[in-house]
Amino acid sequence: MDFIKDFVNVLSAGSISFLLLTSIFALIIYFNLLNGRIKSGGGIAFLGFGILLLVVGIFIRPLAYLGVAYLLILFGLAALGGRLWDTKVGLRLFVVGGLAFGLSMLDPNFFLIAAKPDNVPIVAMIFLLGFFTWLALRKAYLNDSQLALGGIPWEKTESDEKLFTWPDLVYTEMLCMILLTIVMIVWSVVLRAPLEEAANPTSSPNPAKAPWYFLGLQEMLVYFDPWLAGVVLPTLIIVGLMAIPYIDTNPKGNGYYSFRERKWEIGVFLYGFLVLWSFLIITGTFLRGPNWNFFGPYEFWDPNKLVPLVNVDLSELMWVKVLGTSLPKLWIIREIFGLALIGAYLGTPPVMAAGPFRRFYLKMGAARYYVGAYLFLIMMSLPIKMVLRWLFNLKYILHIQEIFFNV
Amino acid sequence: MANLTALKDGIVNSQVWKSVFRVGIPNTNRKRVLAVLGSLILHLHPVKVRRSGVRMSYTWCMGGTSFFLFLVETVTGLLLMFYYRPTIEYAFTDIMDLREQAPFGIMREMHRWGAHAMVIAVWLHMFRVFMTGSYKPPREFNWNVGVILLVLTLLLSFTGYLLPWDQLAIWAITVGSSMARASPGAGNEGPMSGLVKLGDIRLIHAGDDARFALIGGRSIGAATLLRFYVLHCVVIPLAAGFLMAIHFWRVRKDGGISGPL
Ligand code: HEM
Ligand code: HEM
Repeated sequence: MDFIKDFVNVLSAGSISFLLLTSIFALIIYFNLLNGRIKSGGGIAFLGFGILLLVVGIFIRPLAYLGVAYLLILFGLAALGGRLWDTKVGLRLFVVGGLAFGLSMLDPNFFLIAAKPDNVPIVAMIFLLGFFTWLALRKAYLNDSQLALGGIPWEKTESDEKLFTWPDLVYTEMLCMILLTIVMIVWSVVLRAPLEEAANPTSSPNPAKAPWYFLGLQEMLVYFDPWLAGVVLPTLIIVGLMAIPYIDTNPKGNGYYSFRERKWEIGVFLYGFLVLWSFLIITGTFLRGPNWNFFGPYEFWDPNKLVPLVNVDLSELMWVKVLGTSLPKLWIIREIFGLALIGAYLGTPPVMAAGPFRRFYLKMGAARYYVGAYLFLIMMSLPIKMVLRWLFNLKYILHIQEIFFNV
Repeated sequence: MANLTALKDGIVNSQVWKSVFRVGIPNTNRKRVLAVLGSLILHLHPVKVRRSGVRMSYTWCMGGTSFFLFLVETVTGLLLMFYYRPTIEYAFTDIMDLREQAPFGIMREMHRWGAHAMVIAVWLHMFRVFMTGSYKPPREFNWNVGVILLVLTLLLSFTGYLLPWDQLAIWAITVGSSMARASPGAGNEGPMSGLVKLGDIRLIHAGDDARFALIGGRSIGAATLLRFYVLHCVVIPLAAGFLMAIHFWRVRKDGGISGPL
């Protein structure tokens, strides 16, 4: 038991769980695992990567755990294949998840956090997200199998037939409303809304957390300054969502579930929605304790936990550690590496447009291509910054305190 | 039994009943059509709908659930407004009173859990709309109305969070609103804000920046509470209600619930 708890604690550490989720995501989307088979080349590459992690893990324990989790998931998915979308298998997975949660509730540290009244809806959300992701992909899988055989999606068999709103639709709605009312009443009777002591502006709690749906943004503060994490990135999330229908010109998959016809759109959206948004909220809610330090799900929230502050800026890394000189005075020169790096990052879309992505560029047109590409790059800057922080303890790529401009 | 039937006929044929329910029991197709055409339902639904769209497994009922939860929030919120005074002296004690004294006091519970549930329901609804590709033409605009509704839902929940005026409330809002301080160009600690100058005087400081505008002061206080109360109970619900009307209308005008072309 203790071993399993230790295993989970280590795996949930921000950087590791994030890496695991991200690479599994790539595996699933890129290698079409959802259609029940791994292309052999991809499978071998990932197998090799898992084994490499195990070997390195002899020296660095968390990596070994990562490797184990990696191979378990890989083999699990490969063994299940298309059966993952059977109702029975789905049900079993759900039961296993429920049991794991139930057992974890026996752990006092886990219970303390998961049973906080305000966290109860988030626990429910985790299960709902799991269920609906499975449901949507199951329906997509079934439709894809039909389409692959030259058939039509399931929705098409019914979409030309019209039913009377009364009674067919209003009765369904009625049922839905009655169920919801019952759920809301039971929930309200069983669980009291929290109320702490009266507001006291002079004593701040530790940790002080934003409302739960903003905890993903608060978690981003670990990696970015407030002007990015709290203002620019949220704005761009909204802008990005609004831009989706105008960037995505793929006419297929309109009005029915399908994965194969919209692999990349769904891949990017699911990554943003499940990993970058939901998973960060879950991290911020359940795994961040006093001083915003990381705590595994079975760890005690020790307010005195010390985490060494060893993060350095790119400028210091390059000038002092690599070149062995002191930092130049003038910020333009001091930050030259950061500026170059960011310039190169932001310069990829035009280069790609001329080279490998020419096809997309021509198909989408300049406006769509550039807006889409930059939104994507900005979205990916978060995982990139996370990995850099993890590998090099990198604090800022660009640190211009002269105008508060830090990236 | 015969008496009961007679009673029922008596009621259903009375002038009072007929003035309310024009069509009677909708037991024929003609009456089913009329039941929708002649009632409030027409404002929400067409007379006939795609069979695939009626399936719960297609829409997950999440749009309707979001709407229903919004109604729950409106009703419970109105009831709370009878008890609650948005001032620093009373806000917390009013909620205490509500908790200790009000008979059958689950309105606050329902309002709080309903708010959490609504946020989750709106996310799941967006997720469903994405997965069925329902944002594609001709529904681009409605997707955008939806995104604004999502933002309004989050703002509703955020402004409501402050109202109980306990430790949880003010510190959550303190953390949440401190970001505004860093708005580029508009917050006193934001990048480039130092460049907004008149001669030597910085125009953007803690007393007039974006955060000050949001919370009505240099720190969370009486002005913030009143501001959030008005936003929470009047401004945002009205805006959200208005947009929902547009949202539902557009679902209809875009050809009803989406389906394969
Ligand atoms: C017309 C609609 C609404 C009215 C009149 C209203 C009114 C109120 C009032 C008077 C309070 C203070 C009582 C208290 O804190 O317990 C409150 C709290 C709150 N409201 Fe609303 N509200 C409305 C809609 C909403 C919606 C749609 C949401 C969320 C999406 C929401 C989220 C909240 C939250 C999170 C609280 C704090 C709950 C608590 O701790 O008790 N409200 N609302
Ligand atoms: C308060 C929030 C919202 C409410 C009450 C609401 C309500 C609804 C309802 C009742 C429907 C009918 C179909 C269904 O139930 O799925 C619908 C459809 C739709 N909603 Fe929303 N919605 C909200 C937020 C959103 C958001 C956040 C988005 C997207 C970002 C969105 C985009 C759409 C689109 C594109 C449709 C048409 C779907 C189709 O035809 O299949 N809505 N909405």
